[in-house]
Amino acid sequence: MKPLKAATTLVFFVLLAILPIFLSSYYVGLMILMLIFGIFAMSLDILMGYGGLPSLGHAACFGVAAYTSGFLALNGVHNFWLEATAGLILSLVVGVIFGFLVLRTRGVYFLMITLALSQVLWGIAFKWTSVTHGDDGLSGIPRPDLVVIQLDLSNTTVYYYFALFFFIIAMVAMWLVVQSPFGLTLKGVRDSETRMRTLGYNAWIYKYVAFLIAGFFASVAGILSVYYHGYVGPGDLHIITSAKVLLMVILGGAGTLIGPIVGAFGIVLFENFISGYTERWLLLLGLIYVLVIIFAPRGIYPPIKERIYKWLTS
Amino acid sequence: MNFWFVQTINGISYGMLLFLLAAGLSLVFGLMNIINLAHGSYYMLGTYIGITVYRYSKNFVLAVVGAAIALAILGVLMQRFILRRLYGNHLGQVLLTFGFVFIIADISLLVWGGYAQNMPTPSLFRGATTIGGITFPTYRLLVIGVGLLVALFLWWFQKGTKIGVAVRAAVDDEEMSQAIGLNVPLTTTAVFGISTALAALGGVMGGPFIGAYPGVDVEALLLALVVVIIGGLGSLRGAFVGSILVGLLDNFGKALFPELSLFTIFAPMAIILAIRPNGLFGRAL
Repeated sequence: MKPLKAATTLVFFVLLAILPIFLSSYYVGLMILMLIFGIFAMSLDILMGYGGLPSLGHAACFGVAAYTSGFLALNGVHNFWLEATAGLILSLVVGVIFGFLVLRTRGVYFLMITLALSQVLWGIAFKWTSVTHGDDGLSGIPRPDLVVIQLDLSNTTVYYYFALFFFIIAMVAMWLVVQSPFGLTLKGVRDSETRMRTLGYNAWIYKYVAFLIAGFFASVAGILSVYYHGYVGPGDLHIITSAKVLLMVILGGAGTLIGPIVGAFGIVLFENFISGYTERWLLLLGLIYVLVIIFAPRGIYPPIKERIYKWLTS
Repeated sequence: MNFWFVQTINGISYGMLLFLLAAGLSLVFGLMNIINLAHGSYYMLGTYIGITVYRYSKNFVLAVVGAAIALAILGVLMQRFILRRLYGNHLGQVLLTFGFVFIIADISLLVWGGYAQNMPTPSLFRGATTIGGITFPTYRLLVIGVGLLVALFLWWFQKGTKIGVAVRAAVDDEEMSQAIGLNVPLTTTAVFGISTALAALGGVMGGPFIGAYPGVDVEALLLALVVVIIGGLGSLRGAFVGSILVGLLDNFGKALFPELSLFTIFAPMAIILAIRPNGLFGRAL
């Protein structure tokens, strides 16, 4: 199966690399969003699918990193690497603190405390107007200045390849994480924490590190998003954003890295196409969630994967 | 002095609304292990229906009863035909009930438009009541009364009726309950219907001072979740204490520190959860 997997991944990357050549800049922009939400959804899946910890506050790290980088970019720092590093560090600090609180809980309580903590951040973004501009958010953020490399990132296609670069790195990095002894132990903790503890593993540390890793890659997505839109607002920290990424993971199928990508690409595409045709896209999106879960309770990707495996082995 | 009394009454009456909202959520989770993220949407839909019934009938009681019955029917249908398929699949329930959030929000927007709608205060309860030299808004006192009645009813229902006993038995051991002849599916469906009817009741009672508008569904859901987190999932007593706590925190927070109003709810919740991960009265999961 290994060589097949590697070959499909390679084909997928090549497709992502050549598709923009044939597309108008509107669709290239759409593909940028797909990549951003792809990273975001995969990062949540590390926590949810592999760690068994469904978070309804994953927008926290996404938003904090986006706000930090955007704020610095607007306030005189003209160096992408500096801005991005600051965003990652501040979001890591948030993860370090939140991790202590949320990992005291599990299951539904975990879902709810992550939700509540991210709403606290949303409240800060909403109220701390001198820094965040409140409800208006930070707008007019310029595309990144890479300093050492001269790239015209204001060009959508160039920005697409910039995002694709980070998407591929993030995907490979996350794949390495879940395949590593760390990832396997994490899965063990997910399936039976008591058993792993009996075997001498410190389950808490594994969950904590998974929480930080998930937050890190969500921050990467947040940073790509803030420079693409030139904007970050309280909505980027809101439960609606957290719920959206959670639904992408569930819809695609938690516990695989491909599932979240399927979910993210699907929902971004669907939202954009349908909203062009009808005002009732929210209704249709809701119907799709309901139908998918009735006919594929584990998400879209796992049954497809099993069918392909069966077909290949028969 | 008067300020504190009136704010306390306002806080408690808001807490009672939260109790109507959160009791159903807590009950459904505690008894049936279902995460229902559409609970705020039932609240919103109930309010809209109540307001519409009132507009045509000019009868407050009819509005309350109509909304509660309509939402009970919706809840029963939803549990019977859809939610039941996802027993034990929490992530599936999250996706499904969020799908319902979107569907109900969009249909409400289509039917009732994007403007905020309020329910007129029923004429009998307009104005103020003076008790011991302090003046209280009468309608707030009514809300407190209704909240207390519902709390008493639920307590009696759980402890004192055959159905309540059946519900608790079904939670503890579903197979054994079936074996001794209890109709478990019917019981769970009934409880689900009660929970959605309670959400509608809360919505209509809150109609005169909260009303219905796009987005109130998510706000109501968040508040109900906070109450349930503080009180502990599945505990009626927890929902009651949590509701009053959140009602007071929110009310005094808004009155005393308007710029910090969100912290006054979420920060205490984070602290409580950090100290007692299962809430004040919750069982360990």
